[in-house]
Amino acid sequence: MALIRGNELVADEFAHVADGAEIPAHGPVLVGLEQWQAGRETLLARGAPVGIRLRSDQSPELVASDLPRLALVALEFPKFRDGRAYSYARILRERYGYKGEIRAVGDVLMEQLLFMVRTGFDAFEIESDDPLGQFRTAIGDFSVWYQPAADGRKTAVQLRHSRRPSSS
Amino acid sequence: MYRYDEFDHKLVAERVAQFRRQVSRRLLGELTEDQFRPLRLMNGLYLQLHAYMLRVNVPYGTLASKQMRKFAHVARTYDRGFGHFTTRQNIQYNWIKLEQTADILAALAEVEVTAIQSSGNCVRNITSDQYAGRARDEIADPRMYCELLRQYSFLHPEFSYLPRKFKIAVTGSPNDRAAVAVHDIGMRMHLNEAGKPGFEVLVGGGLGRTPYIAHTIRKWVAPEHILSYVEAILRVYNIHGRRDNIHKARIKIIVNQMGIDKYRTLVDEEWERIKDGPLEIPQEEIDRIHAYFAPPPYEQLEDATASLDELRSRDLSFDRWMKSNVVAHKVRGYAIVNLSLKAPGKPPGDVSADVMDAVADLADRYSFGEIRVSHRQNLVLVDVRQNDLHALWKELQALELATPNIGTITDIICCPGLDYCGLANARSIPVAQDIARHFIDIDEAADIGQFTINISGCMNACGHHHVGHIGILGVDKRGKEFFQLTLGGSSDQNASLGERLGPGLPQHEVPTAIAAIVAAYKELRADGERFLDTYRRVGIEPFKEAVYGPEAKKAVA
Amino acid sequence: MAQMIIANRLHDGAVVFLTAKEDWVRSINDGLILEDEAEQERWLATAKTHEASCRVIDPILIDVVVGENGPRPTSIREQIRAFGPTV
Repeated sequence: MALIRGNELVADEFAHVADGAEIPAHGPVLVGLEQWQAGRETLLARGAPVGIRLRSDQSPELVASDLPRLALVALEFPKFRDGRAYSYARILRERYGYKGEIRAVGDVLMEQLLFMVRTGFDAFEIESDDPLGQFRTAIGDFSVWYQPAADGRKTAVQLRHSRRPSSS
Repeated sequence: MYRYDEFDHKLVAERVAQFRRQVSRRLLGELTEDQFRPLRLMNGLYLQLHAYMLRVNVPYGTLASKQMRKFAHVARTYDRGFGHFTTRQNIQYNWIKLEQTADILAALAEVEVTAIQSSGNCVRNITSDQYAGRARDEIADPRMYCELLRQYSFLHPEFSYLPRKFKIAVTGSPNDRAAVAVHDIGMRMHLNEAGKPGFEVLVGGGLGRTPYIAHTIRKWVAPEHILSYVEAILRVYNIHGRRDNIHKARIKIIVNQMGIDKYRTLVDEEWERIKDGPLEIPQEEIDRIHAYFAPPPYEQLEDATASLDELRSRDLSFDRWMKSNVVAHKVRGYAIVNLSLKAPGKPPGDVSADVMDAVADLADRYSFGEIRVSHRQNLVLVDVRQNDLHALWKELQALELATPNIGTITDIICCPGLDYCGLANARSIPVAQDIARHFIDIDEAADIGQFTINISGCMNACGHHHVGHIGILGVDKRGKEFFQLTLGGSSDQNASLGERLGPGLPQHEVPTAIAAIVAAYKELRADGERFLDTYRRVGIEPFKEAVYGPEAKKAVA
Repeated sequence: MAQMIIANRLHDGAVVFLTAKEDWVRSINDGLILEDEAEQERWLATAKTHEASCRVIDPILIDVVVGENGPRPTSIREQIRAFGPTV
């Protein structure tokens, strides 16, 4: 399983802790919502970054007030067709101004990567023979954007009218 | 009509290139069929009974003649010489090869046509009134807002994997010819107290297994806010829509489960957060798009009533055609002309490549090069000089596009059905042909008056059978094709869902049943009453009796 | 009941029938007719490997009746697939 962050392959420093499993004594950990809610103070007291993993039926609205303390939010795609995480990522970035890592996990495939980037994901757990090659190809697919999203890219509408000298 | 700028061209070209790659990955086995299916559906490509079927968008039903010529080219080069116009104003080709699809899309892109999101769990073709911009009863041309919605929805990164398909229809007239009440989002233009046009937004309408009439979610939204309001509706749907059961995944289900008030609260909360953000449409963009829908250079003409009356009195066929197929235009001296794609014996909505080319020529010569597609599966030339009507009629007759049956009993809406479609339970086209043959007498059909028959080959209701005055639904009963009738549906501003008449009938009994219903109607109707009015007044019992009662049994036997 | 295996070819969507040589052919008359259940299951498994290797999509067993003009599917839907639209 490869991890891409930004535009590079990186090692994953987070230990993925399954629900009910023991939390390691040291180091960054990625836990599920229930584990976080059951022991957030203990987790934070460890002094290492904490990440939270949300299933597709768990909206980030559930952890809104915790976001400043979370280094990572992993949003799950149980099947690539389950598109709820696209909304969750935008809510994290645009409604809550979340600046930490938003990671796509689960059924993360090449042909959906660009939509993930646009909606605010900046890290991707990919199962593939050539994850970085596929990622770089995918994000190069388009250069025109019709609608604003979390990535801040200028839309066609904005570009059309910014060329006029009269617009201030 | 809208013309692509460099941004539009680039986006479409990039999508075609991306699709070409996706096809290549599929053929090499890098993508499974499961992974590929949503990707091809988002470019309108279905796998049907015989081959792939490609559904191409006709945005809000508006076509330029060069686009129609390209449709003919595609039909000839890549298909079997014809295409089918659908109830969402699109065109479908039934004999497409996967390996040629990217080339077809590239050819269509040359004339600013796409198949982007004509299928898939995303926002589909935005449909509208086929008389938009021309009808006398219109507040304003809604198509510029359809164009704004089209661009907004194309390749939307957040809403390309919705729980299910999403269909939006927009009307600029209080007489709703776009069926907005049975769409996921319907928009009806209204003037606010200050006289400014805006939209009433309806949500949660739909047909299929569980039909619903849409609820009003907001009485009036200013035009510059329609995109942000739609975004709020879509976001709530994307998050809350059911994903556990494909038959319960449309927005109509969640709206009716939650209740419209709860849904509205969630939408309004979200809308408050986003309405003043970058989705507010700048006036410059509204003005830019508005300019594309400026009226054509009309001549200053008088109405040609006297000469038309003369021609009509001399030629009964011309008179009939004028009555049924020609509609009043808002500009003096002009008329709206319906081209019937329901000639007796022909599959409803089908057009050959040669006729497509001929229609393109007619559009160039008679109607400023523009053609409209109606969700009733007919074509329209919306800017014909009244002085040209007789000459046009003669040319349409030669092309078999002049059947004087618009809005009458042989103007049947019919899905492709089991002859083509992998979802169907029964064949629909032969039923339509049988009924059309039965009512072939034009005077009789005219006497029956306004009458819509809608036929669907399965519960997916692509023939919109729920909203036909008579709806016919094909079902499979122990391997045999049976047809259930519903009565009293309507898709206009007084929308209603049809009521089931009785047990399914075998195919050969359907025309007799329709005849019995028509006979009962004629007996019961008050002066000037359409079938729908009579039905709403007397209820279903007399018609049940006519079709299933003892007299009926004798008639069939 | 005699059966045959039908599928759509991946690259062009055409309706095809499995043959004894493990080819896929357009004409139902050239397809392999399977009489017993064991044979039917075995050949379906073979057909499914062809799906995995991207030759066909969704191979299934269909009931047929063999007459003097060759095999004919028993269901209307499969007849339409084998012989084309009725309109």
